Amino acid sequence: MPIEIPTLNFIALAPPLIVIGTALLVLLFDLAVTDKRVLGYLGLVGVVIAAGVSIAMGPRPATTFQAMAISDGYALFFNLVFLATAGLSILIAIDYLERHDLQRGEYYALLLFSASGMMLMAAATDLIVVFLGLEIMSVALYILAGFNWRQLASAEAAMKYFILGAFASAFFLYGAALTYGATGTTNLNQIGLWLSGGNSDPMALVGLGLLLAGFAFKVAAVPFQWWTPDVYQGAPTSVTAFMSVGAKGAGFAALIRVLRSGFGDSAYSADWALAAAVLAVLTMTFGNLAALPQKDVKRMLGYSSIAHAGYILVGVAAASESGVRGVLFYLLAYAFMNVGAFAVASALERRGEFSTTQRDYAGLSQREPLLAVAMTVFMLSLTGMPPLVGFWGKLFVFRAAVEAGMSWLAIVGVINSAVSAFYYLGVVVQMYMRAPAEYSPRLVGEESDAKKPAAVNLEVAIGTAVLLAMLLTVVLGLWPGPVASLVTMMPLG
Amino acid sequence: MIPLHWWLIVAAALFCIGLYGVLSRKNAIGVLMGIELMLNAVNVNLVAFWRYITPQVLTGQIFAIFVITVAAAEAAVGLAIIIAAYRRRDTVIVDELDIMRW
Repeated sequence: MPIEIPTLNFIALAPPLIVIGTALLVLLFDLAVTDKRVLGYLGLVGVVIAAGVSIAMGPRPATTFQAMAISDGYALFFNLVFLATAGLSILIAIDYLERHDLQRGEYYALLLFSASGMMLMAAATDLIVVFLGLEIMSVALYILAGFNWRQLASAEAAMKYFILGAFASAFFLYGAALTYGATGTTNLNQIGLWLSGGNSDPMALVGLGLLLAGFAFKVAAVPFQWWTPDVYQGAPTSVTAFMSVGAKGAGFAALIRVLRSGFGDSAYSADWALAAAVLAVLTMTFGNLAALPQKDVKRMLGYSSIAHAGYILVGVAAASESGVRGVLFYLLAYAFMNVGAFAVASALERRGEFSTTQRDYAGLSQREPLLAVAMTVFMLSLTGMPPLVGFWGKLFVFRAAVEAGMSWLAIVGVINSAVSAFYYLGVVVQMYMRAPAEYSPRLVGEESDAKKPAAVNLEVAIGTAVLLAMLLTVVLGLWPGPVASLVTMMPLG
Repeated sequence: MIPLHWWLIVAAALFCIGLYGVLSRKNAIGVLMGIELMLNAVNVNLVAFWRYITPQVLTGQIFAIFVITVAAAEAAVGLAIIIAAYRRRDTVIVDELDIMRW
């Protein structure tokens, strides 16, 4: 029996391969380099190269590995989202880890591995590859969540994330197995062909439901959101910044491709659109209401990220090209504003302390005017105030819902955005209208003699991250045109 | 030959036993074992589907092999995380890891 050598187009997967290569280099140099910050900058170089290659490849769809993965405009755009997130997170981590005595080479390698998993998820056109990308991303994130192993909160966050993440993977896999059983293939396009041929099978519907449940865990949608606040609060802030955008973005990237390529033209397309709409309403309402009473800014941002998953689900529920475009724009906007908010949060944590309560932000405008301005920009953008980038993201997903005849969904979304203003602006009020608080150690932190909050020493890398994120939030808000037209040129291949 | 749905029933039962284990166990190791049962239920499904529906293509088998491999990696990382938590807190009971509450 002749053995067929499959044609392997490695070029099509160049961006994730570059990121993996950089991660391996980081691990290798970790043995020799004593100043681990160098490894962070090395990782940054890899991220920039991968982003450059993604842009240079352009939106010419090319399938590879027996049609198991594709590099279309959609995947390349998501590459940019993940690489921007990874790059900013590395900048944050370089200083954050130094400050908390956590500087280790593995951190950057794990972060890059995780980013490559995300990129693979966006490029996957086969359920097996979606699963692999999901696990490459998740396993690295479990470790990163527990990276601050001296802190109990971090170990606890890692454990909760791991148990619930593995649990979600089992649901995803059972759904994938049932879909395979019903359609006889794991390739999304073949599944789409089979279903659009008028075939239907209750097993495929159950499979779709379980796949949805698995993804809902990853993007933190109600009723699978319980891990989110704990993990976001307990994990090191530089990790929270990365996974809040990365894991959510990757979950949505794969979810949308599974729904549209696999189940888009089927008897079930109305079912999943309705399911996404219901999930969207529950998710944004729960996220916003639960965020209202939060005293800890990281935890508040955790609940708010649930709300944002709800807004993005509105775009998914629209089940149209413009819905997908809205989601793409939203996630890019979310990458800058949310990572930026966490960058400010990590800049405010002093050595060995984890000061993230609202009180720690009191009077920040007097202590650190630049950080206060940046945080205000991020908070307003997350609320959806024009002319910041978050406004356009919301506009595009809500408009897609209206076009799809789901005006009620857009109305619920707008009301929710109004509710979210309360807790986002609460932080701004603390920074500008409250006097700096007497220092008091809390929760997991060690005792400290300091009475007054000291001035924050803003280091170069973390400051660059804050500045870059703020600039992009403002500039893309004032000139959303280029990205908006870029998004229309990036269809699912 | 044993009909396909017998296999599916076994797999579904195994999945539910695992699910029950995850939801009812307080011990993190027990929870992990429940998750492993759920993953094995998936493997039974995959191999059964391969044998009965697409015996000429190896998709189901390959998928099962990937699941086994990834489950092993996940268990390794998971046990390490549980040990790290145990060293900090002297417990593997999930309910007692509760410093973060809303």
